[in-house]
Amino acid sequence: MTKLLSALLAFGLMAMPLQAAMAQDKTESAAASAGAASKDAGQDAAAEGHAELPHFPLKEPPELSWSFAGPFGHWDLGQLQRGLKVYKEVCSACHSMRLVAFRNLKALGYSDDQVKAFAAQYTVKDGPNGDGEMFDRPGIPSDYFPSPFPNHEAAAAANNGAAPPDFSLLAKARAAERGFPTFLFDLVTQYQQGGPDYIHALITGYGQTPPKSVEHLIQDGTYYNPYFMSGPALAMPPPLSDGQVEYTDGTPQTVDQYARDVAAFMMWAAEPHLAERKATGFVTMIFLIVFAGLLFAVKRRVWANTPH
Amino acid sequence: MSVNDTAEPNRRDFLYIATGTVGAVGVAVAAWPFIDQMNPDAATLALAEIDVDVSQITEGQSITAKWRGKPVFIRQRTAKEVEEAKAVALTALKDPIARNANLPSDAPATDENRAAKSKEAWLVMIGVCTHLGCIPLGESGPYNGWFCPCHGSIYDTAGRIRQGPAPENMAIPLFKFTSDTNIRIG
Amino acid sequence: MQWLDARLPLPRLMYDSFVAYPVPRNLNYAYTFGGILAIFLVLQILTGVVLAMHYAANSAIAFDSVEKIMRDVNWGWLLRYMHANGASFFFIAVYVHIFRGLYYGSYKAPREVLWILGVIIFLLMMATAFMGYVLPWGQMSFWGATVITNFFTAFPLIGDPIHALLLGGFAVDNATLNRFFSLHYLLPFMIAGVVVLHVWALHVTGQTNPTGVEVKSSKDTVPFTPHATIKDGFAMAVFLIVFAYMVFYLPNYLGHADNYIEANPLKTPAHIVPEWYFLPFYAMLRAITFNIGPIDSKLGGVLVMFGSILVLFFVPWLDTSRIRSTAFRPLYKIFFWILVADCIFLGWLGSQPAEGIYPALALVGTIYYFSHFLILLPVLGLIETPLKLPGSITEAVLAKHGGGGTPSGAAAKAETRG
Repeated sequence: MTKLLSALLAFGLMAMPLQAAMAQDKTESAAASAGAASKDAGQDAAAEGHAELPHFPLKEPPELSWSFAGPFGHWDLGQLQRGLKVYKEVCSACHSMRLVAFRNLKALGYSDDQVKAFAAQYTVKDGPNGDGEMFDRPGIPSDYFPSPFPNHEAAAAANNGAAPPDFSLLAKARAAERGFPTFLFDLVTQYQQGGPDYIHALITGYGQTPPKSVEHLIQDGTYYNPYFMSGPALAMPPPLSDGQVEYTDGTPQTVDQYARDVAAFMMWAAEPHLAERKATGFVTMIFLIVFAGLLFAVKRRVWANTPH
Repeated sequence: MSVNDTAEPNRRDFLYIATGTVGAVGVAVAAWPFIDQMNPDAATLALAEIDVDVSQITEGQSITAKWRGKPVFIRQRTAKEVEEAKAVALTALKDPIARNANLPSDAPATDENRAAKSKEAWLVMIGVCTHLGCIPLGESGPYNGWFCPCHGSIYDTAGRIRQGPAPENMAIPLFKFTSDTNIRIG
Repeated sequence: MQWLDARLPLPRLMYDSFVAYPVPRNLNYAYTFGGILAIFLVLQILTGVVLAMHYAANSAIAFDSVEKIMRDVNWGWLLRYMHANGASFFFIAVYVHIFRGLYYGSYKAPREVLWILGVIIFLLMMATAFMGYVLPWGQMSFWGATVITNFFTAFPLIGDPIHALLLGGFAVDNATLNRFFSLHYLLPFMIAGVVVLHVWALHVTGQTNPTGVEVKSSKDTVPFTPHATIKDGFAMAVFLIVFAYMVFYLPNYLGHADNYIEANPLKTPAHIVPEWYFLPFYAMLRAITFNIGPIDSKLGGVLVMFGSILVLFFVPWLDTSRIRSTAFRPLYKIFFWILVADCIFLGWLGSQPAEGIYPALALVGTIYYFSHFLILLPVLGLIETPLKLPGSITEAVLAKHGGGGTPSGAAAKAETRG
């Protein structure tokens, strides 16, 4: 058995440098965590053709504790339901979520009837009918969340040229940079929560005083946010305020809590099979380890009389 | 260095058999996702229930709705058609089973069992010939029911097979009247 | 079976190739990666074929069809994550396999053809992986395709026509996506075909082994089944554990977040990086920032990048050493590991932005890479004093186990590498 373990360990070590190499696409800004050394910032800026731009985001998002993190990650259904409420009452005014259907909400712990009632609150364009006309009807579970704007151009036009991104995959499309050697530790800690961490940090990151060095970069009509990944300020105004969304389960109605809930909800929207995936993975790992152990025993038996 | 000359065959055999069994189980289980992915996906299953507005169908008219990619005939039959269908003895039918998903699978193919529950004028059935899947033409054939042009199967006014190669009566899907003007299929 | 054998000797072929086939008894676990690669080729083809049942190669719906696989198709998330991470693990295994070949001199006579077939497989793999990465039609897909196909515009005169021919348009678009899907489906079967030749060539010459001494008698070998089969099987299971760990717990670790944004031809992501397995080559491409005589820097970079793979074809003739295994070449052993470090170093540079000191470092790394093959490999073979080789494989093995062949102290020490 010790030999088996050492073999496993040996393989892990063999794979290490390779995985180090493979993960390097995540190290673009290794220096950022080390306090945005001006040398690196200058280099990054040069690539984008603006001579004095600092490195963005100005601050790394804090790592929060999520129920869906780690090998036994699972959804906190109450949190997802609260996140849905925040999305529905606030975010959905501007942000679409076109890949998520109402039927998917059953995964949040709602019954068939609740999903039907929820879907019916929305108006969906259908058609053409017998007269060749498009018509509006109440939503049904197989419908997808309707978008607040008819197309990308309309969304941009209504928001000063910056179209609000779709929510369906945002939690996977935004990731905090993981410098060396953090990305190696991530292999062990299974850190995959860069997206929710970023979203939470962004929502709660408004209202700070910009440092002198970036003040001149902030355009009118944008809002300073040190966590924003592609500049010092973004077009979205602070979206949430304390008490804006009513929680009925006694959860504190603070921006921080809203941000956590909606970020968790967005992670679910981006990866609805996450909990199922991790549970399947556990069974698979157990099976493979047992099988590898058996194969090792057989291998020892077969080679027992053959020095090699 | 052959493995066949060890002294204790039983323990060795057990190890080999156990390993082989675990491996075979693993392969079999791993094969399942590759097979199951061919089953209808979640989006397809979600469309398995449709509502059809039948307020425009007067007596003697019919419409065709699309359900699960297949045509569903919805017909309000005339009194004459109902009478004709009722007059047929069960022994005269090629297929004596109702083939109605709303009833037990051995229900006899009486007109009552073919028509909608307590609305005997209404006939709702999947408009697919039970021979090889063509769509029969309505109000045609010797029984003035349906006639399949592909291979000549003839159905009566209750959608029951009377002549031709088709083996079964046309199937009746799960459905119910949610109101007088609306049918929910699925 | 005999009935079939008399008419089509397939059972006999299988028996001779995979049961009775003699393999050196001293193969270590570095030699199991050939088998691991075989199952990963099968796994990639299987998952790929079923994914193609749901994927739509149309620029308007490709992105959404992948998401449909992830959300709605039964087990679709598993199949797609297996396919995406499978590509990475395919490359992990192939890099170990290639470096094992370099270390134990597996390219030397009489195995030149075996080696060249391997390099061809590697090239096909790179093409397949690149085109597969385009299919999800995310931002990295789109811009990766744009950058890579622009390599060809570097060539004077013929460059632009070739570029348009590849793309089927003026920029990466629907036509490009469709042909890449077609070729991505085709190439794995070509890989499988070359793999058959590769295995055939292997079975003609027989395997190398860690001592580099050819098999001399039947005492030096064991039958493929059960000895090699079970050892390969164990290594596969361990490799699959690592694979499953990534698929189930870190499926997006090796990917890039930008690829979850649908392709937008009007907006380039801030940093374009290829998949990790292309990073060393990417670094070499960017290392050439200056014109070399009539060759401008763009063409120079492309030539250097292609050259870095082409040079592998000539390794059998560039290596002048009589000794096959690096275990008995004390000097070359040092430079071998420097080469490994250089490739990892280049990979790291490939992930860095191309500014500041990085291109200069990449140039140093690139020069070292080429001088390893073009200078060190021929010269070292001539000047190096190798260690004493064991008389035979059996002698080396018995010495290691204290069985006491007299002349093999050095062999025992060197044999356990890898």
